[in-house]
Amino acid sequence: MNRYFPLVALVFFAAVPLWLQDQYYLHTLVVAGIFMLAAMSLNLLLGYTGQLSLGHVAFFGIGAYVSALTSLGFDVTVFGRQISVEPWPPFLGLLLGMATAGLCGYLIGKLAFRVRGAYFVIVTISFAEVVRLVALNWVDLTNGPLALPGIPPLTLGFEWTGYVTLWGKAENYYVVLVFIALAYLLMKRLVQSPYGRAMIALRENETLAVSVGVSVTKYLVLAAVVSGAVAGLAGGLYAHYIQIIDPMIFMFLNTVTMVIIVITGGKGTLAGPVVGGLIFGLAPVFLRNYVGPEVQWILYGCLMILIVFILPQGIVPEIERWFNRAKPDRRNDAAGQEGSSVLALARSGRANH
Amino acid sequence: MDQLLQHFANTIIMGGTYALLGIGLTLIFGIMRIVNFTHGELYAFGAYMMYFFATIIGMNFFVAIAFAIAAGMLLGMLLEFSLLRPKRGADIDTTMLIMIGAWIIMQNLEHLTWGGIAKSIPSPLPETPLVIGPISISWLRLMVLVIALLLIAATYSVINLTKLGKAMRATFQDSSTAALMGINVNAIYTLTFGFGSALAAAAGALLGPVFVVTPTMGDLASLKAFAIVILGGLGNITGAAIGGFILALAEEIGAGYISSGYRDAMGFVIIIIVLLFRPTGLFARAERVG
Repeated sequence: MNRYFPLVALVFFAAVPLWLQDQYYLHTLVVAGIFMLAAMSLNLLLGYTGQLSLGHVAFFGIGAYVSALTSLGFDVTVFGRQISVEPWPPFLGLLLGMATAGLCGYLIGKLAFRVRGAYFVIVTISFAEVVRLVALNWVDLTNGPLALPGIPPLTLGFEWTGYVTLWGKAENYYVVLVFIALAYLLMKRLVQSPYGRAMIALRENETLAVSVGVSVTKYLVLAAVVSGAVAGLAGGLYAHYIQIIDPMIFMFLNTVTMVIIVITGGKGTLAGPVVGGLIFGLAPVFLRNYVGPEVQWILYGCLMILIVFILPQGIVPEIERWFNRAKPDRRNDAAGQEGSSVLALARSGRANH
Repeated sequence: MDQLLQHFANTIIMGGTYALLGIGLTLIFGIMRIVNFTHGELYAFGAYMMYFFATIIGMNFFVAIAFAIAAGMLLGMLLEFSLLRPKRGADIDTTMLIMIGAWIIMQNLEHLTWGGIAKSIPSPLPETPLVIGPISISWLRLMVLVIALLLIAATYSVINLTKLGKAMRATFQDSSTAALMGINVNAIYTLTFGFGSALAAAAGALLGPVFVVTPTMGDLASLKAFAIVILGGLGNITGAAIGGFILALAEEIGAGYISSGYRDAMGFVIIIIVLLFRPTGLFARAERVG
């Protein structure tokens, strides 16, 4: 797609709160944006390294809980020792949530070195379920099923500038938009760098990539750390925006939502999660007039199967192909040999370290 | 000590149904290599069919179990035929995504059809438990164990002693050679998936009257089944049977001596530990099927 298209989209979305005053629609857009951010992080693992992390909601939830707990403050006894934490500014909580989720990403990435494919999927699901059960049962810390209410909204500013508390929907909308733009830039820089090319090489043909010296652990761990941190950021934004979180945040359906967004939009493309996030963020607005949540999920499930059958690459690559068809001079040679391109990817990935 | 004995008794009772779930999934995940997220939904489907046949239609309890199992088998075969057959030979991620889609559809259809309120299935067996020394076991649970063990024995014989079982093992070892030998490979795929699904439905039909039937009961069942299969080693039927009992024991001990809130965490902890330290399963040297 056109080079300037992301910039045009950014300007368009920045202008949205100027004409859209309806609080419900703004709220829908904020939540859609948060899930879009989470889907972008999943895309790095699923789309670029080819590892399907079905426990991705764990990073999201960990980011949300860490950020919420540090900005609320907590008292907890671990192994007979009392730990008390005074409430921190929410923004520091957000960063700490990101860091914790990134650390969990590091552990999962290390694990991925040992187990692949179906096993990796099952380990990640198990990880998410264990975290969910801890959030449910560690009542002293997390309040368990009674939820953590009254999470303060984000505040921006420094001591010398004064603080602004983001109560409104439009303010939160801009914060989410800025983070999406930053995450998009980060992903773009990353996947177009030698690191990203090494990840793609691993996805396309691991044996070949390893044989020319691409280190599997290094790149999988890097992808998992970045992916976990961005998902944790999304979770933290969610906690401070919704202001109440409970262990239901770790629901498997939340991971499924992210997976559907990535698959529908187009895994392994930068724009894929954005397009998918918009579709699935806004779909409930149109669907809720006609059908209940169960039917909505049934439709999502059908769509997922249909996409796998009809558009296995997702929507964005299909649109790109359509654009390129209109301009035959810019069409790439589709018959590129996989092996040689993987070699080229892997070499360029290796050359830089 | 008495408490421990009671925990062992509970383990054996629950282990039987866990073994059924695990054996069903080891056929599908272990031998066919399909990451089957619908396994838990077939378990829930079996329970709902049991509710339908026994409580709504009012069939004889044991006939209803047989009907529920048959319904599960048919649904499993339909799933394989409609969703998996067109994508045979696709990579594991593709089938996984299809199965996640099917899982969401099935769970929400159950929700739509039966509503979110838990259903209970009355059993015809006496309410007063059987008391042997310090242990008490309800008659219903004892019956569940007996039927589960019979089904496990039947599965084992079909896979290892019949011509059909031989055809299954041959197909998943080398499907093109099996096809050359005159085995209808497509039919074997559908049948094996149906067979595994029938076992999941059987576990649901048996546990439905013990607990209550809810639309989300399948979620944990799927993940527990994966834990059992990984514990026993992929495709290892004996391993899956033993894995079922080990998971039940871990849950009993975990719930009894650590905290009942962490009962369901045991399966996941087992998955993570086994995959980290012994990814081939605990019984890798034991007899392998497939």
